[in-house]
Amino acid sequence: MSRLPVSLLLGAALSAGFLAAALLSFVWTPHDVESLVIANRLQPAGGDFPLGTDQFGRDLLSMLMVGARTSIAVALVAVGIGITLGVPLGLAAAATRGSLLDEIIMRGNDLIFAFPSLVIAILITAVFGPSALNAILAIGIFNIPVFARVARGGALSLWTLDYVLSARTAGKGKVRISAEHILPNIANLLIVQATIQFSLGILAEAALSYVGLGAQPPTPSWGRMLAEAQTMIYTHPMLAVLPGLAIVLMVLGLNLMGDGLRDVLDPRLRRQRT
Amino acid sequence: MIRIEALSLSIHGLPILRDVSLAIGKGQIFGLVGESGSGKSMTALALMQLLPNGAEITGRAHLDEIDLLTQSEADMCALRGNEIGMIFQEPMTALNPVQSIGDQVAETLLIHDAATRAEARRIARDRLDRVGLSHIGMDRFPHELSGGQRQRVCIAAAIALHPRLLIADEPTTALDVTTQAQILDLLKDLVAEEGMSLLLITHDLAVVSDMADHVAVMQKGEIVEQGPTAQVLGQQNHPYTRALFAASSHQPDRAQMAGRAPLLDVENVLRLYPGPRRGLTRGDPVRAVDGVSFQLHKGESLGLVGESGCGKSTLTRAILGLDPIQGGAIRLFGEPVTPAMRNDLRAGIQVVFQDPYGSFNPRWQVEKLVAEPFHLMAAPPPDRRDRVAEALQSVGLQPADMTKYPHEFSGGQRQRIAIARALITRPRILVLDEAVSALDVRVRAQILDLLADLQSRLHLSYLFISHDLTVIRAITDRVLVMQAGRIVEEGETETVFTAPAHSYTRTLLAAAPRLDIMGRTGTNAAM
Repeated sequence: MSRLPVSLLLGAALSAGFLAAALLSFVWTPHDVESLVIANRLQPAGGDFPLGTDQFGRDLLSMLMVGARTSIAVALVAVGIGITLGVPLGLAAAATRGSLLDEIIMRGNDLIFAFPSLVIAILITAVFGPSALNAILAIGIFNIPVFARVARGGALSLWTLDYVLSARTAGKGKVRISAEHILPNIANLLIVQATIQFSLGILAEAALSYVGLGAQPPTPSWGRMLAEAQTMIYTHPMLAVLPGLAIVLMVLGLNLMGDGLRDVLDPRLRRQRT
Repeated sequence: MIRIEALSLSIHGLPILRDVSLAIGKGQIFGLVGESGSGKSMTALALMQLLPNGAEITGRAHLDEIDLLTQSEADMCALRGNEIGMIFQEPMTALNPVQSIGDQVAETLLIHDAATRAEARRIARDRLDRVGLSHIGMDRFPHELSGGQRQRVCIAAAIALHPRLLIADEPTTALDVTTQAQILDLLKDLVAEEGMSLLLITHDLAVVSDMADHVAVMQKGEIVEQGPTAQVLGQQNHPYTRALFAASSHQPDRAQMAGRAPLLDVENVLRLYPGPRRGLTRGDPVRAVDGVSFQLHKGESLGLVGESGCGKSTLTRAILGLDPIQGGAIRLFGEPVTPAMRNDLRAGIQVVFQDPYGSFNPRWQVEKLVAEPFHLMAAPPPDRRDRVAEALQSVGLQPADMTKYPHEFSGGQRQRIAIARALITRPRILVLDEAVSALDVRVRAQILDLLADLQSRLHLSYLFISHDLTVIRAITDRVLVMQAGRIVEEGETETVFTAPAHSYTRTLLAAAPRLDIMGRTGTNAAM
């Protein structure tokens, strides 16, 4: 019964590995990622350079570590924006179900959903200039309606329960009930959604960097490593394979973790498993 | 002929059924009675071989010549729906919401290759006619039907292939009393006409005494007593049967203490819901509560009885000041009740809901749950913990229970916690909204005793809302009968029950299954 699902363990291990690499990169990397030593260019893996070097002589392992830092930071802040703005909006919409406020919030959501997220992200970075900060903003805005929807959906079913009615007979207002009774009971939904959005954020950051609209040089990023490697994909395929693999494994890890968390946290699925 | 011999079942090593033996003859109705968790449903699922993973089963179960326990899964699939039909408690969830009812009945036939598509539809129509739905089109969807009609669809699907055995698991528990009577009549007719055997699983002794030829009483996975219905219910040899019987017709000792001072005055209350959307406009508003007036006096116990959809819950919410009203007035201790009413006024009227599982935030400890209404006070009392402990003790729980979570309690205990929470602000009126409807009979009897005891100790007034006539009769002084948003009859409980004036009240009383004089309780027959 208390056995955790394999997907959760595997996903958590993968995610934790990348997180550890990202944190380690703050204090130590095998080589400096900003110094270009052309003499070391395109070294094969092994020896001084565990994964080899790129065409400017930078150590690939170090770049992947710092790239993880960029990806995680962008996705984390973007998810944070989504949660801090989206969840209160969703809770407010649920608390005032059917009112004008509910309509405004949910139609606003629909409006954001109606635009393709990457195109808007490109627009934002095109107007305000490409930078990691603008990438965060662009990805974050598109997380808001996702969390608003999830929060509203979960909250609506709770608002019909007797303990919420009973809190109302205890004279509690909608804000207080949302904070005390609704939010803690939809937290599991939100955590699962957060891991999924986190992985989507990583993908979005990689895509923006790939087209040059994410983190700017010399800050390494997985997306740009892919872009820079594509001219040499036939001669030095590892330059493209390694950052690609990093993206795949990170996203896979987060998705597995999300699936596993859902199994553990959702009581209905938990009953089915036993 | 169904024969179960020495059937034992354990799931993941936990014993569920022990040595269950029973036999049901052709054309017989066999009643299986017991409280929740006694293993009634598991017995049925064992017959169907629909047990959860980890189930280990021993013993024998035969349907005529077929040994049910040794069939392969593929063979069981051929038997289910074909030789054994089953209907469940909740007809809404037992039907597929996106499939028309005709298709769902025809599906049984198609799965078993018993008919071509056209034939299957013809038979489905025929079966729907048979269960009394001749006026309902095949292309209707479950949500367009009433609860009773949905249960009829389930029955039509279950009998589509003329099964030898029909298993009905609490088939009328979710239905209103008048609908229940009709469904039970239908089942009786079907058994007589089709010559099937019916295994009727229920917690309700009155239903069994009305319906069954044979009855078995189950407790903790064992059949403690079985035999012809009249004999089992008449002699009640086993103490558990006696306890169940006594609890079903339990009458708590109540002191007459109703005063004349009105605490709650409901006058001509009107509650409207917006009408259905018609394009851009809306239809006429629905009058959910339509000109209701009554008074609740000090120390009185007032019943409000009616079937689902009659407006009693809507009225309750208005009285609690949760929803606005569109006409008339509600006055509590002389002051108007509105959603914006003052907190100290609210503290005077508290509520206990039906569902002992949905009534508590699962993440809170009992202390916090019970103390929640303190929010109504300007400042929480300094002896908060003592007050919670006192409230828990007054409902028969321990102060040590304060640090537990709701899932650690049984249904009856949870309902005690709900009562403790309602009492914590020392209200003068307690609204009990189907407060004992979800409980087993013996637990229900205990809670009714507790309520009677609390009323005399704390001089409480009760507004007791229920669809269950037995409960209303046991605990109230006066009763209101509500139908379609209006009060159709009002009077002393005994008078209304013995000499009902309104035709609707008479219908209700006639439909309620009776646990008649066959019991030792003699003249003290239950409703």
